[in-house]
Amino acid sequence: MTDIAATAAPSTETATLPARLAKGFVNRLVIIIPYLWLLFFFLIPFIIVFKISLSQTAISMPPYTPVLDFSDGISGFLAGFRELNFDNYTWLTQDALYFNAYVTSLIIAAISTMLTLIVGYPIAYGMARAPATIRPTLLMLVILPFWTSFLIRVYAWIGILKPEGLLNQLLMSLHIISQPLVILNTYTAIFIGIVYSYLPFMVLPLYSSLEKMDYSLVEAAEDLGCPPIGAFWKITFPLSLPGVVAGCLLVFIPAVGEFVIPDLLGGSQTLMIGKTLWNEFFSNRDWPVSSAVAVILLLVLTIPIMFFQQAQAKAQEQGR
Amino acid sequence: MNSTWSRFNITSIVLGFAFLYLPIVLLIVFSFNESKLVTVWGGFSTKWYVSLFHNQGLMDATWVTARVGVISATVATVLGTLAAITLTRYTRFRGRVLFSGMVFAPLVMPEVITGLSLLLLFVAVGLDRGFFTVTLAHITFTMCFVAVVVQSRLVSFDRSLEEAAMDLGAPPVKTFFQITLPVILPAIISGWMLAFTLSLDDLVIASFSSGPGATTLPMKIYSQVRLGVTPEINAACTILIAVVAVGVIIASIANKRREIQRQLDEQAAQRG
Amino acid sequence: MKSLGSIRRDFAPWNDPNAKPYIQFDKVTKKFGDFTAVNNLSLTIFEREFFALLGASGCGKSTLLRMLAGFEEPTAGRILLDGQDLRGIPPYKRPVNMMFQSYALFPHMTVEKNIAFGLKQEGMPGSDIEKRVAEMLKLVKLEQFAKRKPHQLSGGQRQRVALARSVAKRPKVLLLDEPLGALDKKLREETQFELMDLQQELGLTFVVVTHDQEEAMTMADRIAIMDKGEVMQVATPAEIYEAPTSRFVAHFVGNVNMFEGKVAEHTANATRITGATGAEIVVDNGGKAAAGSDIVFAIRPEKIKVSSKKPADAVNALEGEVYDVAYLGDMTVYHIKLDDGQIVRASALNASRVTEDPLTWNDRAWVSFRPDAGVVLTR
Repeated sequence: MTDIAATAAPSTETATLPARLAKGFVNRLVIIIPYLWLLFFFLIPFIIVFKISLSQTAISMPPYTPVLDFSDGISGFLAGFRELNFDNYTWLTQDALYFNAYVTSLIIAAISTMLTLIVGYPIAYGMARAPATIRPTLLMLVILPFWTSFLIRVYAWIGILKPEGLLNQLLMSLHIISQPLVILNTYTAIFIGIVYSYLPFMVLPLYSSLEKMDYSLVEAAEDLGCPPIGAFWKITFPLSLPGVVAGCLLVFIPAVGEFVIPDLLGGSQTLMIGKTLWNEFFSNRDWPVSSAVAVILLLVLTIPIMFFQQAQAKAQEQGR
Repeated sequence: MNSTWSRFNITSIVLGFAFLYLPIVLLIVFSFNESKLVTVWGGFSTKWYVSLFHNQGLMDATWVTARVGVISATVATVLGTLAAITLTRYTRFRGRVLFSGMVFAPLVMPEVITGLSLLLLFVAVGLDRGFFTVTLAHITFTMCFVAVVVQSRLVSFDRSLEEAAMDLGAPPVKTFFQITLPVILPAIISGWMLAFTLSLDDLVIASFSSGPGATTLPMKIYSQVRLGVTPEINAACTILIAVVAVGVIIASIANKRREIQRQLDEQAAQRG
Repeated sequence: MKSLGSIRRDFAPWNDPNAKPYIQFDKVTKKFGDFTAVNNLSLTIFEREFFALLGASGCGKSTLLRMLAGFEEPTAGRILLDGQDLRGIPPYKRPVNMMFQSYALFPHMTVEKNIAFGLKQEGMPGSDIEKRVAEMLKLVKLEQFAKRKPHQLSGGQRQRVALARSVAKRPKVLLLDEPLGALDKKLREETQFELMDLQQELGLTFVVVTHDQEEAMTMADRIAIMDKGEVMQVATPAEIYEAPTSRFVAHFVGNVNMFEGKVAEHTANATRITGATGAEIVVDNGGKAAAGSDIVFAIRPEKIKVSSKKPADAVNALEGEVYDVAYLGDMTVYHIKLDDGQIVRASALNASRVTEDPLTWNDRAWVSFRPDAGVVLTR
């Protein structure tokens, strides 16, 4: 009995049931298999990244000299500490390129997130207020592009944004502009690409929080003398905040490390950290430096990722 | 409620969907372009589709991608479902915080980090990079998406169904396979489809974890796009879009019909 | 003959000292963390009894039921069924079946398969299962719905499937968790009688959990009133209503007027009570309370007579003013504000279509009642 109390959450009446039946090893297996998989393929790789970021570049395969190798036993491991090499990190601080890439990535991700919110909110709002019969269809239409390849969707924009592309053709034939606009290979193209690719990630959480909202709250506010715009900012928007937070995190975090969009739409002139890491790895074959880049990127993203997990856990609690 | 479905709402939805769909529509239209210039209309033609099917490299890549997708989605569905059960049913065990962290973090983790870390793991343990490693990598990042999909179904699962089964004499394992699994099966299937699509779509993680002889379709498309935009790629993309669209539309129509049938049944039940 | 007994006059094992208890809760305690859901509770239920656990939500009645079914283990104490200690026996091995509040019908199985589920688990041969399922479908009058799935049934039909499924295995005890909670009022009243007939027909022991006092009063042989994990009173419905042993029970079941007071003196066959505000009441059943002790006199509204003049023969008559009148059709409810300030609720059956002694707001009025109309409560 004491063993049940120790392992099972007493918060709900049903919680003790699985714990009581968990004596069989089947239940333990349910936890252990995915746990071990994630430990081995998700957590340990990060430790390796961290380890390699502290080693020296070498012209060999793999192109680094290992540190903290357990093959020499504990004493060798401890000896390894003395050889730890922070050169890669020093290198990152000395070369302004990396610092700029981090800062630019954060700024671009932040601006794109705001833009996605501005574009996505009216869509989500319109969907949530649509007649209940067509809401599932609208929802499917938002999700559908997500099922088509991300790469393809980014690729499609090249044809539109090129100097001789469709957008310029249209604007010039309408005599709005006389010279083709240079959009491709600029930050503008990156913004467009991120907003376009990540729009469903913003719309879906917004929609689910707006749809749950009781519209009579807005009616009550208006009944009490609040004009529609005021009712929106005082009632609707605050109540949709969980959706706003979830949507922004879902856009911001991956956007910081985005590679495909800056690479295909941003060209060689733009600077983003995901692209820097890719080039460092594939072009310069400098694994320790790219590992160091990844470690710092991860540190930069730790706080937003923790926010995201908290939001997930909260949503999970509310779902119960 | 109709008054709230105002002109503003309709406009924002129409513009939003135009933004979402126009690029895809243009891409499809120009796959039927006679001219080699992707953006200048030179008349209708299907020649790019013909040349696509003679492009052995693309065909090979498609085959690799399909195999990776099916295998990784299937394994990821099993692992993700187990993870979802763990998250919803075992509210307290040692390392639960770490576990839920490892399930949720990959959802937003930049792909370059996941890709790089997996590659370094494969190198560290001496695995030759290729088909096998891409599949392992895809299992790892798609299982978390499956876990989230299945978990959201499990959270709303009526536990008294399981209690009823046990009350009627079914031991826990039997209860799981006869009651729980059939009831959450739709969520597991959509988890599989999500995992399959993500695997089909992935460029970055595949690029890191793949090796010679295991080029996936996105890797192939990417390298061709870098060389220059050709209508052949448009044609390849169109086929991919068509396959996915047809699949999704059939699934949703089937779903809708079931839903309508169900509503009719329920109405009939209320009457009779 | 005066009696506060059971309606089934021949069935009262609880009055028989030699009757063998069927279900025994023996000093059972159940804690969830710091919360005590059931506190040192002892209770005996007899074979073939229709027993109701009545209480507000969170009083521990569902926990009690779930411990009997095996979904929870008691933190302390024993539960015995037919002499066997149930500790450690998992739910799937207990000779007890439960009908769930949500019905918990398996959505992917037809009505037939739902009913057959429990029989299959015990390895009954196929032909026997078929026979039993047909029998059950007939019992709940759902023969033509055998191939339907749960979502193709109405609420009342689902309830009957759940019932058929839970009695199909012929359990020793059937547990019903708010069995009628999801039905509308009219269907609920019909189903109450159906459940009683079924219990008689099958000869099973029923333990029902409910928060609806009318449901409990209608169906049960005995009711246990629960509060904060403890049993306040176990008795027949008539005893619960007419002879509550505590303020809580008197308040919980039906409407009641309470007069705070002191026992002034005991005479040969009556007790004189002085109200806190000076009024005097004479009762014939206050023997248990010591003279001079603080007590509460509880009396039901329908046992109080309201009149415009003081009734000549009344032992207890108090004067006041009509404060509120509500005409409810079958009866009229008066709120009389006594001259000492207390408000008394009295209800009069409208036995004829015209009232001989009409009273309205602010009229002077007398309330009167017999010495045996109420009870004296010491706790």
